[in-house]
Amino acid sequence: MALTDALKAEFDELVTHYPERRAALIPALHRCQEELGGWLSPETIEAAAEYFELEPVEVYGVASFYPMFFLKPVGQHVVSVCRNISCDLRGSDEIMAAVCSKTGARPGGSSEDNRFYVEHVECQGGCANAPMMVVDGKYHEDLTPERATEILEGLS
Amino acid sequence: MSHPTYLMSRMEREDSHTLAGYEAQGGYKALRKILTDPIPPQSVIETVKDSGLRGRGGAGFPTGLKWSFMPDREKDPRTRYMAVNADESEPGTCKDRVIMREDPHGLVEGCLIAAWAMGLDAVYIYVRGEYRLPYDRVAAAIAEARAAGLVGQDILGSGFSCEIHMHKGAGAYICGEETGLMESLEGKRGHPRPKPPFPAGFGLWGQPTTVNNVETIFNVPFIMDRGAEWFRTMGTEKSPGNFLCGISGHVESPGVYEVPLGMPARQIMDEFAGGVWKGRELKAWIPGGSSTGFLKPDAIDTPMDHDSIKAAGSMFGTGAMIVLDETASVVRSALVLMNFYEHESCGQCSQCREGTQWLAQVFQRLHDGEGREEDLELLRGIANGMAPGKTICALSDAAAIPTHSVLRNFADEIEEYVREGGHEAVMKKRQALAGAAS
Repeated sequence: MALTDALKAEFDELVTHYPERRAALIPALHRCQEELGGWLSPETIEAAAEYFELEPVEVYGVASFYPMFFLKPVGQHVVSVCRNISCDLRGSDEIMAAVCSKTGARPGGSSEDNRFYVEHVECQGGCANAPMMVVDGKYHEDLTPERATEILEGLS
Repeated sequence: MSHPTYLMSRMEREDSHTLAGYEAQGGYKALRKILTDPIPPQSVIETVKDSGLRGRGGAGFPTGLKWSFMPDREKDPRTRYMAVNADESEPGTCKDRVIMREDPHGLVEGCLIAAWAMGLDAVYIYVRGEYRLPYDRVAAAIAEARAAGLVGQDILGSGFSCEIHMHKGAGAYICGEETGLMESLEGKRGHPRPKPPFPAGFGLWGQPTTVNNVETIFNVPFIMDRGAEWFRTMGTEKSPGNFLCGISGHVESPGVYEVPLGMPARQIMDEFAGGVWKGRELKAWIPGGSSTGFLKPDAIDTPMDHDSIKAAGSMFGTGAMIVLDETASVVRSALVLMNFYEHESCGQCSQCREGTQWLAQVFQRLHDGEGREEDLELLRGIANGMAPGKTICALSDAAAIPTHSVLRNFADEIEEYVREGGHEAVMKKRQALAGAAS
């Protein structure tokens, strides 16, 4: 998608934080993903490339390096369950099982109704409150399978 | 368990993250002292050196010494930067998040003092993308400080100017490596750079740069306010001060606790974290984040400081303890970690790119019941090919070290997995034994 005027205005300010325009690319891609459909479509990548005076393939090369950027469409709610050591020791497998059962999605995919995208993620820094998951960017910690299910039920 | 605390001392207050809450508790006092009757930058660096403060991000490098590597401004007029490493992503580590969320002005003040000491033009705080609330709190703190004349041009009318910018990462462990962080901050893939050149000579955009961890910088205002001697009354001679110990896994009360360096790991585990959960015995523990490897219970009385943990065959790392109880499987936890390192390898060095995959594959087959007796030697051979010092950065070492630790301390469990036919069979057998015993 093309960049909106509001995004362009935001980026015009953002690039002033750095001696080189390109440095604002990753923060800008976050904003693109947030505002332009929840993922970075080829059209969005092209629009960002044009703004940053880069080749689309350079922007793609950056976007594809970072796990927080989605290069394919994802469900309406993104559910990320940590699978790293501290969460694994405290039952993250059961959290993922509850999440899959509730949403009907498999890790790395979206539910049929496209309401949920479910993924495994590596350590999110919630180790002292494991197990944990992130739903649409918000941390949910000290989870039980029941609590994880309730959280998903509470989404609009 | 009473000992002097300072790192978490302001966090009790509801408004600890605001300028009002911070200033009401002595905040920005150190900065005002330095700028009002100016303390020369060199003296600030000397005080930090004298305090013996060591980096809290993993390597434990002396902070004052690192600062002194920045070139002399008179001879080298280039623009100079600091990048604050808030990419906290070493598994088990969850302390910088607490600082940024509860006491962000402490970090901002530390940045300003560092900027004065090193003559910086700008500071970038690189926060991992997932840390939304910590990011927002630090950004709000910078805005408040700017409005109060504490950030930006002519700070407190002293003529000293410094900008602090927030920067959001996008979820890659390798961006916690200082040169990977700099590449990422420049808008590129987080591919670590070969060293030399070191950041102090050729850092962000080729300019002199220092990279420091959040907790390291957070210590600085306390040291400048209360003095190097005060700082040395806590901790050990070679590792002074307190640190934020994140303790997770199989303990009753996981958490982030402020403890003096040199406190025995057992004391932290028992007195702060309530001991191994469910009344169980300790099977294994990791002293300082996933890269530091699995230790046996016989090392649990080791003091938590850089030299003592090194003497026990591991590393202090980020001081993030992970506890495994008697029912846990070290093979499974090693598999979890190797999957992680495989996922996070940036792919530049073949030893790391291939080695992390092979380690993950071998632990996977042990887990799945397809392990072979020769897998012990295979794991050792792969890990020996990956480290030490064979690659651009230490991620390869970070996968090899825990592998060696499993071979050294828990080879019998690998043998058990081969003999019994994998994770499920091993767990079933252990449950049966536990049932028979009770």
